[in-house]
Amino acid sequence: MSCWETIGDYALRSIGIGERLLPRSDFTLCQQVTLIGSGMLWNVYFGVLALAAGFFLATGLALAKAAQSRWLRKPAEWFIFVFRGSPLFIQFFLAYEIFVMLPRTGIELFGITVATSWTTKAWAGALFVLFLNTAAYSAEIFYGALQSVPKGDTEAADAYGMTGWTRFRRVLWPTMLRLAWPAYTNEAIFLFHATTLVYFSGFPAIQQKGDALYYAQYFADRTFNPFVPYPIVAGYFILLTMLLILLFGAMNRRLNRHLAPNQRPRLKLRPQLVR
Amino acid sequence: MFASCADPSTLHGPAWLLCYLTTGAHIAFYWSFVTVLVLLVVTAPVALAFGFAGAVAARSPVWPVRILGRGYMAMVRGVPDIVFFLFFVIALDQGIEWLLHQVRCPDWTEPVRNGLEFRVCPAAKVPPGNAAQIWHQLYGFALAVFTFALVFGAFAANVLLGGMQAVPRAQLETAEAYGMTQRQVFRRILVPQMWIYALPGLSNLWLILIKATPLLFLLGVRDIVYWARELGGTKTSAYSFPHPDWRLYYFLALLVFYLCMTRVSEILLGRLTRNLSRGQATAAGEAQRKAAGGAA
Repeated sequence: MSCWETIGDYALRSIGIGERLLPRSDFTLCQQVTLIGSGMLWNVYFGVLALAAGFFLATGLALAKAAQSRWLRKPAEWFIFVFRGSPLFIQFFLAYEIFVMLPRTGIELFGITVATSWTTKAWAGALFVLFLNTAAYSAEIFYGALQSVPKGDTEAADAYGMTGWTRFRRVLWPTMLRLAWPAYTNEAIFLFHATTLVYFSGFPAIQQKGDALYYAQYFADRTFNPFVPYPIVAGYFILLTMLLILLFGAMNRRLNRHLAPNQRPRLKLRPQLVR
Repeated sequence: MFASCADPSTLHGPAWLLCYLTTGAHIAFYWSFVTVLVLLVVTAPVALAFGFAGAVAARSPVWPVRILGRGYMAMVRGVPDIVFFLFFVIALDQGIEWLLHQVRCPDWTEPVRNGLEFRVCPAAKVPPGNAAQIWHQLYGFALAVFTFALVFGAFAANVLLGGMQAVPRAQLETAEAYGMTQRQVFRRILVPQMWIYALPGLSNLWLILIKATPLLFLLGVRDIVYWARELGGTKTSAYSFPHPDWRLYYFLALLVFYLCMTRVSEILLGRLTRNLSRGQATAAGEAQRKAAGGAA
C-alpha cells in the first residue's frame, strides 16, 4: 500500500471519514504520520474554539474582577481561583461526571425537551471545560494588564469627556490588549498543549476518533516503541506553536503600531507547564 | 477497621458512612494523598538540582557544555508536557533494561527489538520478574519522580538562568575588584543573590508542579485519581457497601484538595518572598527598608 493511499484512507480518520479500521500490524512511518496528523484536527478544533470563545468571557471576567462592586468582584475572583488553582485533568473528570449525571432523556424546559447526551461527548463537553479554563487564565492576564494601564491614558480619556463604553472601547481595551498580548500568546500556546489531555481524562474517544496524542499512544502501545510516535506528536506541536507565534506576532505588531519601534514589547516565550 | 463494621448490611446513617469511609480501600485512598505529597517533596529538590545544573551549564564558557544546557532547556518548550510524561517513562524503562541487557547477557543472540516486541534476557528485567509487588510499585514511582524532575528541571533551569542574569552586574564586578576568583564570585555573590530574582518564577513552577501531580495516574501509579475512579464507581449489592455512581463526589474532594494546596502554597510563598526580600537591592527590599526605618 503506497503512502498516498494511506493518506487517502486515514487523513480524515479522526473525524470519521475514510477507512474504519485502524492499522493493526506492519505499521509504517507513513501511517503514523498520517493518523497522528489527522488527530491534530481535534487539537486545533479544541484550541481555536476555546480560545475564541474564552477571549470574550475573559474580558468580562477581568472587568468584573476589577470592578468596585463586590457582587461582581467576588464571583469573578472565585471563578478564576477555582479554574487556575486546580488541575485541568481533575476539571475534565469532574465535568464529565456532572454531564453524565444529567438526565439521559433531556431536561424539560418551558415545554421543550433539551437534549443532554451531547454534553458527555468530547467535542462539546471537553470544549466547554477548555473554554472556562482558558477564560480563567486569560482573565487573570487581562486583569493584570488592566491594572497597569497607564494613568495618563485614562486621564486623557477623561479630559476628552469619554465615559463608560466609549472610554472602555477606545482607550482601556486597546491598551489592555496591548499590554496583555505577550502573556496572552503564551496562554494560547499552552492552551493548545492542554488539548492533548482531553482523551486522557474522563472523555472517551468514540469509534477511535481521537486527537494526536490518542493515536500516538495507540501506536506506542502496539509497537512497544515510543521513539517514533511521540517525536511525531512533538514535531506537529512545534509546527503548531511556530504558526501561533507567527499569527500572534502579527497581531502584536498591529496592537503596537502607534509606538516607536524601540518601545514595542517583544513576544517572549515564558515557560509554563501543566494546567 | 472497627468491630461494629463487621456486618455492613445492618448499618445505616452515620454509622454506615463511618464504616464505609474506613474500609481498606479507603485507607489506601488516603495513603495515596501521601503518595502525592511525597512525590512533590521528593521531586521539587531534584528538579531544582537539575535546573541548577542546567542553568550553570547554559552559562558555561565551554561551548559543548553550553549547547547541552541550552538544549536541555529548549527541549521541553513547544511540546506538550504530557507527551514527555508518556514518552519518558517507556523510554527510560526500556533504556535501563537495554543497558542491563548489554551488561548481564553479552552472549544473548536474539535481537532486542524483534518486530513488535521488546525482549531482553530475564536477568535484565527491572525489577526482577519474581520481585514482590511493592518493588514494582516503588520502581514505577521512582520512574515517575525522575520524569517529573527531568521535565520540571528544564523549566527550573530557565527560571534560574533568568535569576542569575538579573543579579546586578555591579555586584559581581565589585567582587572581582576585591580579587575574588570566578568560582568565589559564583559561590559567594551570585548564588546567594539570585534566589530573590528567581523566586517569582520558582513559585509559579511549584504551583504548576502541584497541578501536574494527577498525571501520575497516566504513569500507572495508583494515585488519588486512580482511587477516586475505583472507589467512586457504582458498587452493586455484590459489594459490602453498595452505592450508586459517586465519582462526582470523589472528584469534588480532589478538587478541594488541590484548591487547598494551591491556597496554602500561595500564602507560604508570599511569606517566603517577604523574608527573602529583606536587605535586597530590589523594589520590595527597598519598601521594607523604608517601612522599618520609619523617620530615619
